[in-house]
Amino acid sequence: MSEINIKKINKYYGSNHIIKDVSLDIKSQSFTVLVGPSGCGKSTILRMIAGLEDINSGTIAIDGTVVNDLAPKQRNIAMVFQSYALYPHMTVFNNMAFGLKLEKRSKDEIEERVHEAAKILQIEDYLQRKPKQLSGGQRQRVAIGRAITRKPKVFLFDEPLSNLDAALRVQMRVELAKLHDQLDATMIYVTHDQTEAMTMADEIVVLDQGIISQSGGPMQLYNNPSNLFVGGFIGSPKMNFINTKILSSNSKGTKVDLFGSSDIVIPKTSKTSSSGDQVTLGVRPEHLLVNKKSSSSWESKVFVVEKLGSGTFLYLEKEGEPLVVETEGDSKIKVGDSVKVGFDPDKCHLFDSSNNSFT
Amino acid sequence: MNIISLISTVLAGIFFFIIYFRLFNFILDYIIKYKIISHRYENSIRSIIFIAPAFLVLFTFILFPVFETIRLSFYDKFGREFIGFENYLWAIKDNEFRRSILNNLGWLLIVPTLSTFFGLVIANLTDRIWWGTIAKSIIFMPMAISFVGAGVIWKFIYDYRGIDDQQIGLLNAIVVSFGLEPQAWLTIPIWNNLFLMAIMIWIQTGLALVIFSAALRGIPKETLEAARIDGASEFRIFWSIIIPFLEQTILVIWTIITILVLKVFDIIYAMTNGQWQTEVLANLMYDWMFRGGGDSGRGSVLAFCIMIGVIPILAWNLYRHRNEQST
Ligand SMILES: Nc1ncnc2c1ncn2[C@@H]1O[C@H](COP(=O)(O)OP(=O)(O)OP(=O)(O)O)[C@@H](O)[C@H]1O
Ligand SMILES: [Mg+2]
Repeated sequence: MSEINIKKINKYYGSNHIIKDVSLDIKSQSFTVLVGPSGCGKSTILRMIAGLEDINSGTIAIDGTVVNDLAPKQRNIAMVFQSYALYPHMTVFNNMAFGLKLEKRSKDEIEERVHEAAKILQIEDYLQRKPKQLSGGQRQRVAIGRAITRKPKVFLFDEPLSNLDAALRVQMRVELAKLHDQLDATMIYVTHDQTEAMTMADEIVVLDQGIISQSGGPMQLYNNPSNLFVGGFIGSPKMNFINTKILSSNSKGTKVDLFGSSDIVIPKTSKTSSSGDQVTLGVRPEHLLVNKKSSSSWESKVFVVEKLGSGTFLYLEKEGEPLVVETEGDSKIKVGDSVKVGFDPDKCHLFDSSNNSFT
Repeated sequence: MNIISLISTVLAGIFFFIIYFRLFNFILDYIIKYKIISHRYENSIRSIIFIAPAFLVLFTFILFPVFETIRLSFYDKFGREFIGFENYLWAIKDNEFRRSILNNLGWLLIVPTLSTFFGLVIANLTDRIWWGTIAKSIIFMPMAISFVGAGVIWKFIYDYRGIDDQQIGLLNAIVVSFGLEPQAWLTIPIWNNLFLMAIMIWIQTGLALVIFSAALRGIPKETLEAARIDGASEFRIFWSIIIPFLEQTILVIWTIITILVLKVFDIIYAMTNGQWQTEVLANLMYDWMFRGGGDSGRGSVLAFCIMIGVIPILAWNLYRHRNEQST
């Protein structure tokens, strides 16, 4: 059992207000992912939970105990740093045993726990090596091993996979997910890679400039982003945004202008918007239909074609608005072709002038 | 007139070297171009060309005197007659020589160790306080003072006046204020060596401090934080993480100060002039070389001893340097 309750924490660096009134409840044994663009304060929040950074106001409680004034070692947490932060002069074994030695565990117990962790992470063969004799992925596993030997209540990961190549990243992602199942610990994971967030999280917390933009399950954030920022941040490639305005609205939906030439009714409403307001229409590349029959469609010219094998991304332009469209992998469309693009109004999002989502 | 001839000499020297480098570089290019010598040797030949002048200068001004010193150590006091090992036999039997060796060993053990230790500890502590930079500057200040100047300053600390006089030495002032007898510190054998070493430590700690401060910056902050999360106390972090991290730096500083200490001369010359059993090799050498008419034979023996002392340290340093490069 180890839930974490964060209440209205604030952090200033000098006069810069970095974390603004953030409140967050993290369930015991959950896998929570903090995402957000660079500099939004993800690491800072993690470091405040770890006790490496002072909290200017508000409280952080682990398992019901307020830990604001506890030293890192009293919080029963482990942290994996982006730079690995291994002890360079110690062997892999000693790196993993350091914390246990400080806890004055018996030699046998240390042996046993280190080997157990090494086995899970498949680094048993490297135990006598120094960190500099390991590859990046191996180092990363040692860093994780160092965290798990101590059997903490809470694991904190700060972009642990960002230094790895794509293949290794996928592999480690799976291993971390397995580890979470095996260890029954609460894990908080920081990343700016939204694929990692989507695939690993029980709960995603999207941060934007020191405030929580939205939190919820991966599919909830994908299907119902509560604002423009989350809509644009979750999903890859990004959601397409088209600036438009409301033509009319009723309780069933909102009718908006489409490139001045046609219109479309989106089955979403907002109490604060009315006819004539500027709004943003959001639709994901995978929800745009190419050369298929749909209620509203238009012609566009293709500028760039990106073939990924499993799918093809087409970069288009319509009335000055750039659009990305996903279509099937064996598509024959070439640069310069004109395609017919349409979409399903059910899969569209509308954001008002203060960037909040229609519901 | 003098200045003009000086300037023209310097200019001629520079001109000569420009010509030298140009010419040989040109010749080499030519040779390589027409394949008189294989391309493979180009780099090594070019480095020889560029190193040769410096090497010659070094050879003349360092190696030549070394050989000359060795030669003179086998000659009589005027450097005229060959007398074999007589000067060496004299040294082995001489009390002052033995005392100097012992004193030198004491200096070698104590000064580098304590300077490095203080430098390391202070560098660590000053990193944690807001007035650390000011503290560091003050501790570094003695580095800017010549050894003789330092001696003058410390004279005021160890100064002794007759028992009835007002004590102006800092140490005696403190001692007297506790109601104890004032002492002529620099005349108490054995202890006075330690008082002299204190001066050197005072100076060299600044050097160690500055280099360690820079090296400390090189330790990734996250590694220290990881140790903190692992549950290490500040002392444990210092001992198990910081010291191993600075191992190379510690060795470098320790060697620098060791070599410096082996040559210690000025401090003793200014403070006691080797009296009251504070003699070290360099002072003894100076005495024999230049005092009482001079004895180039015995002086050379002493100089040779100092050199022998430096060699193992240098050799070890070179060896370590090479090892470091190969890993
Ligand atoms: N020690 C510091 N002093 C002053 N400002 C800081 C300090 N550390 C971080 N900041 C600022 O706080 C903000 C948040 O930093 P933080 O490291 O939490 O970002 P992040 O979300 O982890 O970004 P990234 O994805 O690039 O790691 C940034 O704007 C940064 O400039
Ligand atoms: Mg960060």
